[in-house]
Amino acid sequence: MADVHGRKWDRCLADTAVKTVTGLAVGLVFSVVLFKRRTWPVSLGSGLGLGMGYANCQHDFRSPYLVHGSMVKDQ
Amino acid sequence: MLRACLRGANATARSCGRTPLTNLQHCRHYTSGGTGGGAAKVVAAGLVTVGGGVGGTILYAKWDHKFRAAVENNVPYSDWLLGLALGPSFQATNKQMEMVQPPSMMEKPLKGSKAKSEKSVKEAAESPAKETTPVPSQPAQSIEEASAEATHIISAISEVSSVPAPCDTEATVVKEECKECHDHEDTPAVVQPDTESPAATEALKERPVEEVTARLAQQDLEEQDILASVSASLEDSLASSAKATLQAIGAQEAALQAITLHTLKLKEAMEAEVPPQEKSAQWKDLEAALAERTSAVHDAGTALSNANEALDSLKSVIDKSKGLKVIAVRPLVLAAEENLHNMVVDLDKVVTKVQSSESEAKIVSQYSELVNEAKQQFQREVSSLTPEIQANWKGLTGKLSADDLNSLIAHAHRRIDQLNRELAEQRVREQIHIDASLEQQKLEDQKALEKAVGTALQHVKEEARLEQERKLSELREVMEAEMRTQLRRQAAAHTDHVQDVLKVQEQELKADAEQVLSSKMLDQETCYRQMSQEQLDGFTLDMNTAYARLKGMEEAIDSHVVAEEEARKAHHLWLSVEALNFTLKTADADVPTKPLEDAAQAVRDSCHDNDFALALASALPEESLQRGVYSEDSLRARFNSLRALARRVALIDETHNSLYQYFLSYLQAAMLFEDKQEAPPAQLSSDDLDPFKLLSYASFCLEHGDLELAAKLVNQLRGEARRVVEDWLTEARLTLETRQVVSLLSAYANAVGLGTTQAP
Repeated sequence: MADVHGRKWDRCLADTAVKTVTGLAVGLVFSVVLFKRRTWPVSLGSGLGLGMGYANCQHDFRSPYLVHGSMVKDQ
Repeated sequence: MLRACLRGANATARSCGRTPLTNLQHCRHYTSGGTGGGAAKVVAAGLVTVGGGVGGTILYAKWDHKFRAAVENNVPYSDWLLGLALGPSFQATNKQMEMVQPPSMMEKPLKGSKAKSEKSVKEAAESPAKETTPVPSQPAQSIEEASAEATHIISAISEVSSVPAPCDTEATVVKEECKECHDHEDTPAVVQPDTESPAATEALKERPVEEVTARLAQQDLEEQDILASVSASLEDSLASSAKATLQAIGAQEAALQAITLHTLKLKEAMEAEVPPQEKSAQWKDLEAALAERTSAVHDAGTALSNANEALDSLKSVIDKSKGLKVIAVRPLVLAAEENLHNMVVDLDKVVTKVQSSESEAKIVSQYSELVNEAKQQFQREVSSLTPEIQANWKGLTGKLSADDLNSLIAHAHRRIDQLNRELAEQRVREQIHIDASLEQQKLEDQKALEKAVGTALQHVKEEARLEQERKLSELREVMEAEMRTQLRRQAAAHTDHVQDVLKVQEQELKADAEQVLSSKMLDQETCYRQMSQEQLDGFTLDMNTAYARLKGMEEAIDSHVVAEEEARKAHHLWLSVEALNFTLKTADADVPTKPLEDAAQAVRDSCHDNDFALALASALPEESLQRGVYSEDSLRARFNSLRALARRVALIDETHNSLYQYFLSYLQAAMLFEDKQEAPPAQLSSDDLDPFKLLSYASFCLEHGDLELAAKLVNQLRGEARRVVEDWLTEARLTLETRQVVSLLSAYANAVGLGTTQAP
């Protein structure tokens, strides 16, 4: 179980990081494209990403017995 | 409410606070050196706020008990404060009053603030007291009524019971009466028996039964003798008298005949005109007849006298026999009397006949005498007239002369005239003579009649007497018979009664005897049974002991065999269990043991007839069989790494709080320092359920080799920490289970082995 916990944390953090970065990027893009290089979309995007990641993490921790499925690629 | 109050308080405080602040600000405008005073003002404001809140809470609590209870529940130490301020709460006072009430109605002095409630309680107490006081009075009344009713009932019962009493008295009276009756009956019966008994005793003393019978027999014999003698005498006298009577009767009849003959002859002689020879013959006959008659009469007289004598003797004998008063004689006597009477009657008849014939004969003889006189006179006259003719004048027809004839005729005529004159005289005197004769005849007839009547009367009397006697005798016989029957009946009744009494006595005696016999027999039987039972018991005991010994020996032998077999099996089992134990030890660090399947199978094979071991062998968990178990060391090592993780998620409970909670939990784990190992107490209190403490206890246990206690302690974790250590816990459980089963098996094998080993 310790492993699971650790793995969960890893996944969670990774997921959050990814989301944050993605949000950041998207925000950046939007900021550049649409909103005349304001900061607020970047912060919004990163915030969104962070929040989503946080929520996911929380949700994952709250439902510990939910098994994450993974696609098995036939090779 | 609390919040509202608090809000209000805060608002007031704020307002209060603000004004001091504004005041302070105003003050600051006017005075400039009040910066320190500002802080003090703030403190004061804060204090006032707090005090106001507390005071408001207290006041409201005093007013609203529910609020007070809520405050006491939620805010710690508020109950102490509120109690201090307001006094004990309502519930406490209630309980106190309840405590106080039962002991006594005289209340303790309670606090004045609760006086009203106390008064109300007092009233409530008093009213029940008042109720109870009327209730006792009512019960008293009811008791009185009940007592009255009870007395009524008792009197009724007494009356009812008195009803049987009369019955009893009646019964007693009846009994008494009966007793009296019995007494009366008894007394006469007693008297009679008394009279009888003395007599009987006397009789018994004087004449025992045999003597009585002998006497009775003697009496009977005597009577019979008397009877015989009397009958003999009677018969003799009867015979003699009968003979005499017959003789007399014969004689009388002969006399009668002679008299009649004589009379006839006389008549013939008188009347008949027969030749003289025949007349002389006739007269001779007549004389003979007369002689005969006289002799016959004489004979008859003697015979009569004889008969009378005989009859008299018979009568005397009869009287004597009557005087004997013997019953059996009476009919004889009666018969004799009858015979006597008959004889007397016959005799009298014959005597009367004879007398009548004699009277006739007398008349005829008188007539004949008269005729003879006349004849003789005529003869004399004729002879006087005719002296020549003397003899038979009737034969003188040729001899007589005319003179003689004329004289004779003249005499005859004179005679005829005389006779005519006599006749006329006679005719004249006829009537007188007839009367006289009639009278004489009457007299004689009367005499005869009287005599006849007397004799007839006597005869009738005699007959009547005889009849009476006969009837008496018959009656006596009947009475005798009846008396005999009655006596027989009485005797029969007596015999029946005696028989019944005897039967009853017999039965009683029989019952007694039987009872005694049966009791004796029972005793004997019980003794016999006892003895036989004892013998049997002894014998069975011996047999049983011998049999038991035999059985014991057999069983010992069998058990030896069995024991050896068992020993072998046990040894086998022990070996297999040892193998199983050894497999348990093959675990390396972090690698489970070999699968225990083979060893378990071996154990199962070695104990396939032992349910206990089989059960135990099959109780091994599947996981251990298939996969093997972890050793304690590996678990220990694992736990150490697990502990850190558990510490980190200690704050997360089952609700799986947010990530913030996770952050806080991590912070706590970083901040909190607990002993690495701490000895667990004997009993866990609620404080010890803190995860950190539990983990330290578990570490201690593990370090000291107590996996079971460590598992138990770890089991107390809750929430995420529990989830994290779940795996470890399962493994620990598995290991523990397997170890337990194996230890049990080894213990069992050891025990069996010990049991089967024979002491040298």
